[in-house]
Amino acid sequence: MSAAKRTSAPEAGIELPVILELDNITKRFGPVIANDGISLTLRRGEVVALLGENGSGKTTLMNVLFGHYVAEDGEVRVAGKNDNLVQLAPGSPQTALEAGIGMVHQHFTLAENLTGFENILLGVESLFGLARGRGAARQKVQNIVRESGLAVDLDIRVSSLTVGEKQRVEILKALYRDARILVLDEPTAVLTPQESEGLFEIIAKLSAGGLAVIFISHKLHEVLAASHRMVILRGGKVAGKLVTADADRTMIAEMMVGRSVPGSKRSAMAPGEIILKFDGAHVDGVDARRSLHNASIEVREHEIVGIAGVTGNGQAALAALISGLVKPDKGSVQFLGERVSKFTPKSFMDAGIGRIPEDRHHDGVVGAMSVAENLAIENLEDGRFSSNGMLRFAGFREYADAMIDTYDIRCSGPDAETRLLSGGNMQKLILARVLDCEPKLILANQPTRGLDVGAQTDVHNRLLAARERGAAIVLISEDLDELFALADRIVVIHAGNLEDAGAIENLDRTSVGLMMAGHQDEARAS
Amino acid sequence: MIRMEPRTEISRRMTIIAPVAAVLVALALASIPLLAAGQNLFEAYGLMFKGAFGSAFAISETFTRATPLILTGLAAAVAFRAKFWNIGGEGQFYLGALGAVVVGTGAISAPVWILLPLVLIAGAAAGAIGLIGPAYLKTRFNTDEVVTTLLLNFIILLFVQMLLQGWLKDPMSLGWPQSSPIVDEALLPPLVGRLRVHAGLLVALGAAIGVYILMRHTVLGFRLRAVGENPHAARHAGISVSRTMLWAAAISGALAGLAGVSEVIGLKGYLTSDISPGFGYAGIVVAMLAGLSPIGVVISSVFIAAIFVGADSMSRAIGVSNYIADLVVALSLLCVLVGGVAARYRFRWMGLKGREV
Repeated sequence: MSAAKRTSAPEAGIELPVILELDNITKRFGPVIANDGISLTLRRGEVVALLGENGSGKTTLMNVLFGHYVAEDGEVRVAGKNDNLVQLAPGSPQTALEAGIGMVHQHFTLAENLTGFENILLGVESLFGLARGRGAARQKVQNIVRESGLAVDLDIRVSSLTVGEKQRVEILKALYRDARILVLDEPTAVLTPQESEGLFEIIAKLSAGGLAVIFISHKLHEVLAASHRMVILRGGKVAGKLVTADADRTMIAEMMVGRSVPGSKRSAMAPGEIILKFDGAHVDGVDARRSLHNASIEVREHEIVGIAGVTGNGQAALAALISGLVKPDKGSVQFLGERVSKFTPKSFMDAGIGRIPEDRHHDGVVGAMSVAENLAIENLEDGRFSSNGMLRFAGFREYADAMIDTYDIRCSGPDAETRLLSGGNMQKLILARVLDCEPKLILANQPTRGLDVGAQTDVHNRLLAARERGAAIVLISEDLDELFALADRIVVIHAGNLEDAGAIENLDRTSVGLMMAGHQDEARAS
Repeated sequence: MIRMEPRTEISRRMTIIAPVAAVLVALALASIPLLAAGQNLFEAYGLMFKGAFGSAFAISETFTRATPLILTGLAAAVAFRAKFWNIGGEGQFYLGALGAVVVGTGAISAPVWILLPLVLIAGAAAGAIGLIGPAYLKTRFNTDEVVTTLLLNFIILLFVQMLLQGWLKDPMSLGWPQSSPIVDEALLPPLVGRLRVHAGLLVALGAAIGVYILMRHTVLGFRLRAVGENPHAARHAGISVSRTMLWAAAISGALAGLAGVSEVIGLKGYLTSDISPGFGYAGIVVAMLAGLSPIGVVISSVFIAAIFVGADSMSRAIGVSNYIADLVVALSLLCVLVGGVAARYRFRWMGLKGREV
């Protein structure tokens, strides 16, 4: 793998003027201090990465910067004329925009049925201007495109652009509004590795042209590739500030988590019997995201098969099929050598299939119910939890106490409301529920999304332990680091097609990345 | 502009304070028309209270009125817990009453200990069947149950009117559209001497306890809550959402049906097409005021019954229209809904220029 070429940081000797200063920002939500005296300066032409785990205060800080929240304490100052720093009126997104702060959110805010060009003009030019002053506007957009290298067809509807192209439109939109400070919130979450590298090149070019960039991420290798400096947040405070050239991964990870993080070790193991087999399984979904074409795959005992792919390429259909939520329209699914005829979540669980869903809030837990109830929900009819249709609270409590202990679920007790748990603890709850039944097959769909490094390691170790025990595991992930750390084999999913990439030992990230992009990009890249 | 930020935690106390505060605000708001009518507030509300609780007769009237409300309130609470919006309590009420009439007017002669349960079961079953249809349509075709259950109310009421003009018409009624009287063996006895409060109240209280046990202590209740709170997670965890929904509908319909039975065999003794002054709809208010808690339903039923009975009495005494009762009940519901929002969000004044992007 090759990281995008890092432009040299602004020379230490020539101090470029400060363009943005966040001074001692403090923001509370009730008893929770989301930002605790955070200070940050940004100079012209600088790329500063804002790193931190979920809940470390990154998003809150950016919402304060952008005027969505009013901080209890502290000031935001932006360079005005003559590089004088002027305090920004708090709580007004409009002033933030006028001061030249542009933000590209994780979820795009484009009107899908307008062209890219119209989207860029929308909200800036008056409605009459949209019709009249197009000449001047187009000239300006073309200049920006030429200078930044953000090439994208602006005259077709946004709905027919790829995710990476939509992101370019978002950036162009910010630049058109004369943004001097660009905030990118987790910009690579939806991109293939190749697209990410392309983005880093553009960021490098833009910053060389004087744009100041704040790059929010929790992926270490990206931050190392794309930033000049980094500010690491932990628990709402600044945990450290580093110059990227002097930083390394373990150092950053330790700052993020606050302790050293041992990685997971995968030991070599010979795969055993075939547990799960798809034979030309076909799912016609309502859209491409939920469709699977003629999929064939085998997963064996003691084996983790990693499904690599950019989100929205049919993973949802694959996961639904293994969860018993849909049945194949064509082809067959075999489990333990027998053709599966009944596709319901219940029959799948009873057969010994454990499922870790992608969206734990949506599919994994009932937030308004207690930890004990969520732990028992898949086995209500088990003698431990009920007899003759009546619930046995003692059984609930006993089981929950044991699981809270074994899986280190941090909560106020078995009766704690589940929605109050942190993402990591919610995931531990689901892991406890799934793994305690010792399933023969485990579907782990994005099992570490949104988790901090410590919780990630915990999930990884649990999955590896299950593999050791003899479970077959299907691991769907968009994080190549995770796949390369855990999987024995990689199967790439693209546009609903599965393609076996082979044993992990013979693979590298570039080739998997190319397959994730669906090959046709290969020509463009080379 | 005012901005709303969701609160991270809603305190438990809030669930009790909110409805009580809502009721007080509603009474305060209702005093505006009372004042406009030139009445002394203390006198008016005092008369209302006396009319509802001031004598054995008054208390009996209040609990008589509360009996069907408890049952329709429970019906709404069970369905709403599963996020099945049953607006058809009124229709199921009439189906239940119809069931009681079909079985209890002499078609079967049996001793009281057979006939009385039979009548109750027939009415409950009729109500349940009346709601299973819309529930099936929802689980199968995802039709909007608010529309189907609401419209069924009118269909069922017209159907009852048709029967009362035809097959079920009492030949001895001198032309009035009413059913034959219920036989003695199928009547619920009065509870206290010659007062109107009847054993239907015990049925209603028993049902409240039953619903409490169902929701808290049974596997079905667990499933019902899970489906209501997060159907996706429930389905993922192997709970059949459609089957649970059908159960919720059957129980809800049966409870509303029982309300109809209780009015026919406990109070009136026969069926007319105006036997319910909107008990089915009032049950929705009762359930919302109670925060869907079955024990809360009993309390809010007594409150709403007291408002109606008290307002009647007040209007007789000082000549203010008894529509004031409808006003108080409607305002209470609105206040509870607003209170619910207030409990969930924190309000922030952003100044006139604060604009959202």
